Amino acid sequence: MIERLGLATDLSGQADAPLMLYAVLGLPLLLGLLGGVLRPARGWPVALVGLLPLSALGWLTAASAGGPGQSGTFEVGSLMLHWRLNGLTLVLLLLTQAIVLASALYAPSYLREMAQASRRGQAGFWPLLGVLAASLSLIWVAADLLLLYIGLEVMGLAVVGLLLLPGKADALVAGLRYLLLALVGSLAYLLGSALLLGAWGRLDLAGLAEAAEPGALPWVAVALLSAGLLLKAAVFPLHAWLVPVHGAAWIPISALHAGLVVKASFFIALQLWLVLVPAAASAAALIGVMAAGAVTWGGVMAWRAATLKEVVAWSTVSQLGYLLLAFPLLVGSGKAVAALAWDGTWLQLAAHGLAKAAMFLAAGNLILATGEARVEGLAGASRRFPISLLSFGMAAISLVGLPPSMGFTAKWLLLHAALAGGHWAWMAVLAIGTLLSAAYVFRIFRYSFIEDAPEYEYRRVPWGMELIALLLALAALLLGLAADWPLSLLRGAGGEP
Amino acid sequence: MSQGWLPVFTLATSLLVAPLIFALPERAWRARAAVNLAAAVLKLLLVALLVLGFYQGRDYSFGFTVVEGASFLLQVDALGLMFAGLSSLLWLATTVYAIGYLEDSPNRKRFFGFFSLCVASTVGIALAGNLFTFLLFYELLTLSTYPLVVHRGHAKALAAGKVYLRYTLTGGLVLLLGVVALHALVGDVAFGQRERLADLGPEAHPMLTVLFLVLLVGLGVKAALVPLHGWLPRAMVAPAPVSALLHAVAVVKAGAFGIVRLVYDVFGISLVHELGLLMLLGVIACVTILYGSVRALSQQELKPRLAYSTVSQVSYIVLGISLFGPFGTIAGLVHLMHQGLMKVTLFYCAGNYAEELGVHRIDELDGAGRRMPLTSLAFTVGALGMIGLPPVAGFITKWYLGLGAVQAGMPWVIGVIVTSSLLNAAYFLPILYRLWFRQGLGRWPEERRLGRYETSAWLLLPTAATALFSILVGLLAGVSFSPLDLATFMATQEYLP
Repeated sequence: MIERLGLATDLSGQADAPLMLYAVLGLPLLLGLLGGVLRPARGWPVALVGLLPLSALGWLTAASAGGPGQSGTFEVGSLMLHWRLNGLTLVLLLLTQAIVLASALYAPSYLREMAQASRRGQAGFWPLLGVLAASLSLIWVAADLLLLYIGLEVMGLAVVGLLLLPGKADALVAGLRYLLLALVGSLAYLLGSALLLGAWGRLDLAGLAEAAEPGALPWVAVALLSAGLLLKAAVFPLHAWLVPVHGAAWIPISALHAGLVVKASFFIALQLWLVLVPAAASAAALIGVMAAGAVTWGGVMAWRAATLKEVVAWSTVSQLGYLLLAFPLLVGSGKAVAALAWDGTWLQLAAHGLAKAAMFLAAGNLILATGEARVEGLAGASRRFPISLLSFGMAAISLVGLPPSMGFTAKWLLLHAALAGGHWAWMAVLAIGTLLSAAYVFRIFRYSFIEDAPEYEYRRVPWGMELIALLLALAALLLGLAADWPLSLLRGAGGEP
Repeated sequence: MSQGWLPVFTLATSLLVAPLIFALPERAWRARAAVNLAAAVLKLLLVALLVLGFYQGRDYSFGFTVVEGASFLLQVDALGLMFAGLSSLLWLATTVYAIGYLEDSPNRKRFFGFFSLCVASTVGIALAGNLFTFLLFYELLTLSTYPLVVHRGHAKALAAGKVYLRYTLTGGLVLLLGVVALHALVGDVAFGQRERLADLGPEAHPMLTVLFLVLLVGLGVKAALVPLHGWLPRAMVAPAPVSALLHAVAVVKAGAFGIVRLVYDVFGISLVHELGLLMLLGVIACVTILYGSVRALSQQELKPRLAYSTVSQVSYIVLGISLFGPFGTIAGLVHLMHQGLMKVTLFYCAGNYAEELGVHRIDELDGAGRRMPLTSLAFTVGALGMIGLPPVAGFITKWYLGLGAVQAGMPWVIGVIVTSSLLNAAYFLPILYRLWFRQGLGRWPEERRLGRYETSAWLLLPTAATALFSILVGLLAGVSFSPLDLATFMATQEYLP
């Protein structure tokens, strides 16, 4: 598994970071600053500018295709910070760019529609978005606990900043609570890293994998590190902060948070387990139990939630459970099972990222259009806002895991892995999750198909906003049948052991 | 990969027409009707081309890999062609009918969009070349029929939609689990490669028995096998064209078709026979046949009576294939077509009575034969066919079922067929009596004049056409290309050494 993470020791020759990697990491920062100054009021300049980091990434992908993957160090003074670039990194970078770009394109119209968005709030949005994109990219690339920590902290601060932008009391409360929890998580992370540094004198993941000896120490360290990370990822039962955060946040920020930010912590935690305690099957089963809790509890709460945003936010709690199944399926399992679960996990991550972002954007359109946050407010929506509802529906198909969506293909692989490993319990979790997510998603549709309801006041949403949600949802829907493409990307550039 | 484009085009005619219809404005009903009819005619022509090519021994297949071990595969065989032919023929008829039926009602855009998606799923099911592809379209069918079932948007429709989803999504999930398990066992299962399962040897038999039952439950929900039939009578709230399509081709028939595929093309009839499951299948079918008939008898409204009659009649297909031997096979396969034609006719008639006269209850039909002679004639043809009188199509089924029962050494089945025919007569003949021989009150609940004839030509034409077809396929059963001819062809292939 370590090879698949791009952490094999024979790869860690001291190559210089390719120029394009700097571009991928740095351009969002620059563009964010530029956006803060110019405050784009339309989508097209954002789209134009957004092509820059995207083409840098395209260059990087093309250059690394078929190669063995690369790794090396950034030298900052006397510090050696490790990075690596392989199939998995590229997939995650592409996903990040897609969702960030979608949110950025959505933002100008959204901010204009939100009458209460203050000028200062708007000015803060763009630089923070840039920082968020750069720190996320850094996390995907980092192969070193220190660099990961830097990425994680910067990302956390950027998110808190973005959450505070609406400037209202509930946003303030939710944002500050998030900050507090994020800091607690960071503390646990730092403690764990310090333990490892004290014991083996190094923080790069490849080195740690070599040096780690079975014993109490890696266990304690992993326990501390993952406790911090799982708190940040809103993993059941540490999820309580997530729903209020989404309730107060601006829609594009919710989309970014649910689509990408929670996954960064998950990604780091999974890496650490595979590196430090690769055989800890029974401990990973514990995470599986948490996954089962997340899937059921999140699903039930989403089903009962009163507002549209709450449904989508609880659905994130539930769907993270699917991702958590990666722990019991990957850690300490045989080669065949792990190979299936590996593909399934990353496909699931990408599927959820695209679908959840699409769903938040579509939900945002519906909320703007109806002027009503409650699910009941959707009565008759199927006639009035067909495009938004269609986007919502296509994203929902992927979330539920029905064909031909990416969520379906991911579930297919995960089911296969669970079956091949004889893990009946995890199959049951996947099955229950499917039914629960269908239940809360179709509840939305049940309301929107009501014809004999009073007419609510509503207004038109700019077509650009509808188009972005539609495109993201289409991607989540159609990439399921074309899953060969993301999977071959995942295996390329040193992703195959 | 020779000539793979033809099945793809056949599928695409209805699949691509859906977004086009969604894009047309609600008011443009002429354009929508034109697009719909053109696509339906085109599809019928393409299917005819497929049939001709198939008889000339051409190999039509199209496929690509989705993930390792699962591929998307379209393939043409006699059984698939039969089902594709049925669905494209009835799509054309029902489109004409629906245009007339939904005149001036709201949400027609949504209706026709999902209507063509529903037909696309059915054709996909027909042309699917392996179990994975079948599953894709099977689930897609659930999704595309839901908006049609709840189309009216009142509380009763929404409640029925909930029940419908509960049944079909759970069934789909069970099917998915079964398919995943089968894939784990033998890999991608293309239809017709049943040696792979038979070759596993006797020690795999317990496992295969369990798998068969799991798959049967998954398919049995749509095929409305008792006790999985609960959704069907409630789905009656849908508009008449939807009911017609649901009962004749789309949902119920997809389930029955799936069971045929399961028995003949996945397991192989010899293996199922060896596992001792044919008897079980036969008993389930008989119970369903009798239960459906008895329940139909106690219904006071026309559509629910027809609905329970469907529960009963569809199981003739299952009964036919459970009788080991060519005659049973012929009966099951030919009924797949015949039941579709007759049932669609009956539902069109029920819709005509409801639209023109406002009649929903059976006791309101007194004297309707005089007011609507053509519709009532069509109804009579359908009803007599269901009872099994020659020369209407239903007779052929019952005749071959009897022969098959003798051949399979299960003479008690004849008793079931006779009882069921008597019950059919008991719930259809009173309707015919009321139509033709009772004097009406002279006024109808909500009479409207919908056209120059007894009702609108849009409604009358398809009704007359399918009634005529029901007689023709019975009268001309010996001619080549008739359903009986196709079924005989398939049965001989099945039992050739």
